[in-house]
Amino acid sequence: MTSEAALPKDSSQKRQKQMIADHFDRLARAKEDGRKVVYTFVPGNLTELIGAFGFLPVLPEINALQSGMRGKSGGYISEAERAGHSEDVCSYVKCDFGMLKSGNIGPTGKPLPKPDLLLLSYTGCFTFMKWFEILRQEYRCPVVMLHVPYQADGRISDEMRKYVVQQLVSEVIPTMERISGRKLDEADLEERMRLSARAEDALVDVWESARHRPSPIDGYFGGVYYIGPIFSAFRGTTDAVLYYQELAAEVDERIARGDGPMTPDGPMPSERYRLVVEGPPNWTNFNEFWRMFSRERAVVVASTYTRVGGLYDLGFRHSPADPLSSLADYCLGCYTNRSLPDRVKLLEKYIRDYKADGFLINSVKSCNSFSAGQLLMLRELEKRTGVPGGFIESDLVDPRYFGRANVENRLQSYLQMLESHRSARAAS
Amino acid sequence: MSQTIDVDPAAEVVRRATALNENYGLSALKDWKASHPGQLAIGHLPIYVPRPLFEAMNCLNVAIFGGGEKEIVRGDSYFQSYICHIPRSTVELGLAGTLADLDAMIFPAICDVIRNLCGMWQMLFPQVYATYLDLPQNFRPEVGGAFYRLELERIANELVARGATPWTPESLRGAIREENERRATLERLTTIRHYEPWRVPASEAYLLTRAGGSLPASEHRKLLEAYLDAIPGRSRLAHDNVRVVLTGAFCEQPPLMLIRSLERAGCDIVEDDLQLGFSYLEGPIEENAADPLDALVRAFLEKGAATASRYIGNEEKGASLVRRVRHAGADGVIFAAASFCDPALLDQPMLEAALEDAAIPYTSFKFAENTGQFQVIREQAGAFSDAVRLWEDAP
Repeated sequence: MTSEAALPKDSSQKRQKQMIADHFDRLARAKEDGRKVVYTFVPGNLTELIGAFGFLPVLPEINALQSGMRGKSGGYISEAERAGHSEDVCSYVKCDFGMLKSGNIGPTGKPLPKPDLLLLSYTGCFTFMKWFEILRQEYRCPVVMLHVPYQADGRISDEMRKYVVQQLVSEVIPTMERISGRKLDEADLEERMRLSARAEDALVDVWESARHRPSPIDGYFGGVYYIGPIFSAFRGTTDAVLYYQELAAEVDERIARGDGPMTPDGPMPSERYRLVVEGPPNWTNFNEFWRMFSRERAVVVASTYTRVGGLYDLGFRHSPADPLSSLADYCLGCYTNRSLPDRVKLLEKYIRDYKADGFLINSVKSCNSFSAGQLLMLRELEKRTGVPGGFIESDLVDPRYFGRANVENRLQSYLQMLESHRSARAAS
Repeated sequence: MSQTIDVDPAAEVVRRATALNENYGLSALKDWKASHPGQLAIGHLPIYVPRPLFEAMNCLNVAIFGGGEKEIVRGDSYFQSYICHIPRSTVELGLAGTLADLDAMIFPAICDVIRNLCGMWQMLFPQVYATYLDLPQNFRPEVGGAFYRLELERIANELVARGATPWTPESLRGAIREENERRATLERLTTIRHYEPWRVPASEAYLLTRAGGSLPASEHRKLLEAYLDAIPGRSRLAHDNVRVVLTGAFCEQPPLMLIRSLERAGCDIVEDDLQLGFSYLEGPIEENAADPLDALVRAFLEKGAATASRYIGNEEKGASLVRRVRHAGADGVIFAAASFCDPALLDQPMLEAALEDAAIPYTSFKFAENTGQFQVIREQAGAFSDAVRLWEDAP
């Protein structure tokens, strides 16, 4: 087995690493550089608007998942529970709260700057609202709420779009103008929207490359690295365009060579199972979890988690033509803002389009937005596609809820079932 | 020697309320359907829906609070163990056909679970109109208010398409008047609990309040009035209990025995948010507005209670709870959140901090609607009431 550190890095990986390091450096210097800092969430983020005002974004979900990957989340969660937070609730919130109480040290080892504004984009997850109520009590800073209606009937109505735009015009932008001390530069915003669309085009090429056999990417474990820049601070920047274009070119090269996806142990030699995955990954044991798949040569060809920050493969692009309506459509269209029937339809499409052998739900304890209803989704998808579904349970960043043996047993049993299914189909 | 039998003058009305709560609050539904042919019965999940609008359309509002202690046979297979209990028991009722007389189901925006339950209902019961009521979190009339109005109009139009009578300004004003009268009667009940809680045990007030879940507002008011008329004739003695506010941002309801256990542990529950929907609006809806739908919208925007499912903007978290405690003259607070209820449990540390700042004692526990063991809760509440009494007596 090749150690992870010894694996050669692609140019895009190096570029992403540098982009993120630079961002955290900017955050570390924010106060001395006179930059204002906005905390906000991944789904329904308004990165172009944030950038147009010169704010630096901090995404508490990303802090939490990074804490999970760095083995720090367990301690942070304990800290929050000692402060009275229930064992039952979202571990992202507790991890973030515990991190805050422990000095809010970012990945560079320096404290993250306090927020000048909490931009509460209420998209697809009720817990976001409570999370920022908690942070507001801690930071005593302004909060601005953007309530994004839920797509309960599977469509964006004019009324929904208008409601979001009105909030942008009457609440969000005036607050950002007040905090930043400058007026919105509409030309700057339009340019950022243009750049977003270019990065989104390239990202969609990357996602759709998984239609090839073998798939050159893993659309879940590898996918979470691909979404890093576009779901966080970089949408609407030249950096993001360069990153995604470089990534797409590397993927094209992999297709030309007939390579499978990269795994923690190097390139996958050949693909045995093509899976679609619903639900976020576990972060505390991320590589271990990934290896449970990759060692069985199971590649994830599409996943819904990688669409929480935007469903570009269904055609949405940020548009400079009417930036505020476009931002509204973006917020309304994020994966967890879609109804359960719509989510089933999307998974069905992925299973068919990517010719998946099976689909798997990783149900996380922390996230009711994802998890409530997943067992019905499982039944419905099996009924519609005839493709076997699997179900495993873990958590986002609470290490107490990653049962290694349990997860591995369930996955192994599931893959055996796929094998039997395949044999039975071959025999018929 | 002759013996005086102390007959409770409220016994009959309490029996009626108890009967109305049987069969998951649906006991009167069949009769209503039989006597109102062609009219719609609309189920709604907690916490708040604008019931006067549907009454103005000759519909019967039916509050669905899950299956309580009902044995779950199939509902559990639809939910992971870490999801709260009310959706599984509600699905159980649906699969068992218990809710078959409902013509529509409305799922208000209170949390991710109830939101997703709406989608589940659409898939499991496609023959029933199931819709999500997206309550706004922006409270500007021209922004959140305009959106909310369109939401109400959308649902009203869908119900008309399914046979409901279109609302008119007159019918809606009438329904608002009835709702205000019901609300005022509930406030009278609460006031008596503040001043003479021994006359109105919380467990009884709960039955009387919840009985209105599937009654038109006017009938619920009459039931409450009958109870209130009977109360002065009661010869009950004040106990040396502590006065508590019971709070849990209640969607999922605790078993009645849990409320009784708190009372038996020496707590007079002088206020609660158990049936939060009925008291969600803190004040009457404007009755004679030229545009009564606008009045209903503004009531939500301007008078909505500061509960866990509502963004409170710039007000201090917990300030409302502290005011309620002061207004009720309570000695302390009991937090009772449903297990795995994200909104209530995420709110709780902030509310606790506000109580600590105000030097108001509190205790907390979790429950599920089918909790069957109350001894631990009773002991905890007993210890809390003892501690509060000692605190009071401290120099």
